[in-house]
Amino acid sequence: MSREDGSIAASASERGADRPVSGASEAPGKSTTVAAEPNQAAGQPEPARPSPPPIMTPRQVVGRIGFYTVIALATAFFALPMLWLVSTPFDDTPGLSISLPDLTLNNFRDLMDNPYALGSLLNSIVLAVGAALLVVIFAALASYSLSRVKIPGRDMLLYALLLLSSIVTGTAAMVPIFLMMFQLGLIDSQIGVILVLSGGLLPAAIFILKDFVDTIPKSYEESARVFGASSFQILRHIVVPVIRPGLATIAVWTVVNVWGNFLVPFILLRDTDKQPAAVLMRTFYTEGGAPNLALISTFSLLYSIPVVLMYLFVNRKYGFRFHGGIKS
Amino acid sequence: MAQTTSPATEAAPDEPDESASGGGTRDPADGGETDVVGLGKWRASAFVAPAMVLVAVFLVFPALWTLYIGVTNYRLTGVAARTPEFVGLDNYTQALGDANFLNSLYLTLVFVLFSAVIGQNGLGFALAWRLQDARGWVKRLVESLVLLAWILPSSIVAFLWIALLDRDSGTLNALLGTPGLAWLIEYPMASIIIFNIWRGTAFSMLLYSAALASVPPSQLETARLVGASRWQTLRDIVFPHVRGHVLTNTLLISLWTFNDFTPFLITAGGPNGRTEILPVYIYNTAITGGEMGYGAAVSLIMLVINLIIAMFYLRLLRERK
Repeated sequence: MSREDGSIAASASERGADRPVSGASEAPGKSTTVAAEPNQAAGQPEPARPSPPPIMTPRQVVGRIGFYTVIALATAFFALPMLWLVSTPFDDTPGLSISLPDLTLNNFRDLMDNPYALGSLLNSIVLAVGAALLVVIFAALASYSLSRVKIPGRDMLLYALLLLSSIVTGTAAMVPIFLMMFQLGLIDSQIGVILVLSGGLLPAAIFILKDFVDTIPKSYEESARVFGASSFQILRHIVVPVIRPGLATIAVWTVVNVWGNFLVPFILLRDTDKQPAAVLMRTFYTEGGAPNLALISTFSLLYSIPVVLMYLFVNRKYGFRFHGGIKS
Repeated sequence: MAQTTSPATEAAPDEPDESASGGGTRDPADGGETDVVGLGKWRASAFVAPAMVLVAVFLVFPALWTLYIGVTNYRLTGVAARTPEFVGLDNYTQALGDANFLNSLYLTLVFVLFSAVIGQNGLGFALAWRLQDARGWVKRLVESLVLLAWILPSSIVAFLWIALLDRDSGTLNALLGTPGLAWLIEYPMASIIIFNIWRGTAFSMLLYSAALASVPPSQLETARLVGASRWQTLRDIVFPHVRGHVLTNTLLISLWTFNDFTPFLITAGGPNGRTEILPVYIYNTAITGGEMGYGAAVSLIMLVINLIIAMFYLRLLRERK
């Protein structure tokens, strides 16, 4: 149960004009049918095609106009709410509407003056990094074993995990989880939040990583063994480097999920000092009176930057295509 | 929830390790697994154990415990907090007779149907389809915006929409020339539906882009040569190729939308419970109201609905194999 929201679909496939998405971790053989077709088509002699007429017919003109209208509307729909996030932090008189700002950095002073704002970002980092470490390490160990050693009932186990992770979501399980943490005295514990979130993210992480491990030829480990490497050395020096892209994917995915998660820390952390940005932000505008827009806008901007950077990184490195569609 | 299987390629988790046998040294007798590193069963189990413990404690146990809490009158405070009593199916009969619960169930259905099944599905497909012919930079721009809407933290996007829809100085009213229109009070349900379409279309768009890339160009070319209209091409050539993905996508986004808590950040269920979808209803009754037993009963209903959708999804994956 990756709790509630925040999501990313990272991909291991390259972005290319005519290159179709090959699937999870590009396991050879899994996606060959998909991958082969366009290449073949490209290699075939082109059927004689009539060259396009140089002047568009009125119908085509209308079609083009319609096409760009649709695209423009879609762009406006998706961009409109986000403009506020870009303009208001630097606006001399921050308001709710979007306006061309009289540039200023004064709003950031409100951010510095707030006793909890920067601390909550730190808390978000603690939660995200803690969960990422736990998920990456545990998932790596588990997925390697599950890929290489026949443990009885393994396939059933994988099925059960897949099922569980999709039905026991943060919202559906908030009552028992809250009650459990309440009785264990783990309310207001960041460790508690990390454990709950990791438990929810692990099944998916194991799946993705197992796909990565499955693609490593066993001869790698075998040859290392022939040369007398110990199990630990093989894992440390052969397996880990080979599945590093997988580990990175899992880490980024976990961080984005935890960074944006609202529900779990919202119900488990009552102490303002411990709340992450997602939860603290709500107190800026719901507790009576007018919302402090200078604070909200600058805080939102700061809080969103890591996600945007990670998006750019993933987009650049892998292309934002399908791998595991992972949304909590 | 976290879904791992890539619908685009059906790299299903149930796929046994055959694909991993790149080494070519596999002994057919042991079914494809070779414990090349020499972990042994015990150490292998020890590797799996930490993950399984976390999953058992934070996924399996809560699900099972919901069954128990749901048949008690457990409350967070008061007498029933110390000694919860067994009340049988009272919570369930209470829920089914409660107008608020039934209203919440109905709102959830409307929310999922319009924002996910129709909205995200339709807009996601339309974008994927239209962006195929768009120029590089147009495509990148639109895709980036759609993806950003998807990955920004929910607390931020919730406030962005509150600002957009604000009664007095919201941008939407300024654009439409409807000053003073309080969208979140007049049309709360429509607002969170549109919001959720904005928020979640990225997944459908990505999935359908991948699916559309698998339509053989030669067939599209043939359709073009015989003069098929855009609509005919869509219906007779493209749709048969993406039909499976439509089902996969619909199931996944329905499941996610059904479990989405983000509308709480915009309307908190109000005004007057008019946007109190099930997740918000559970929060309001159990966490705020302290009625744990009743909340658990409603949670179980939610878990069962999740289970049904997930079973459909798994069956679909298995058939596809």
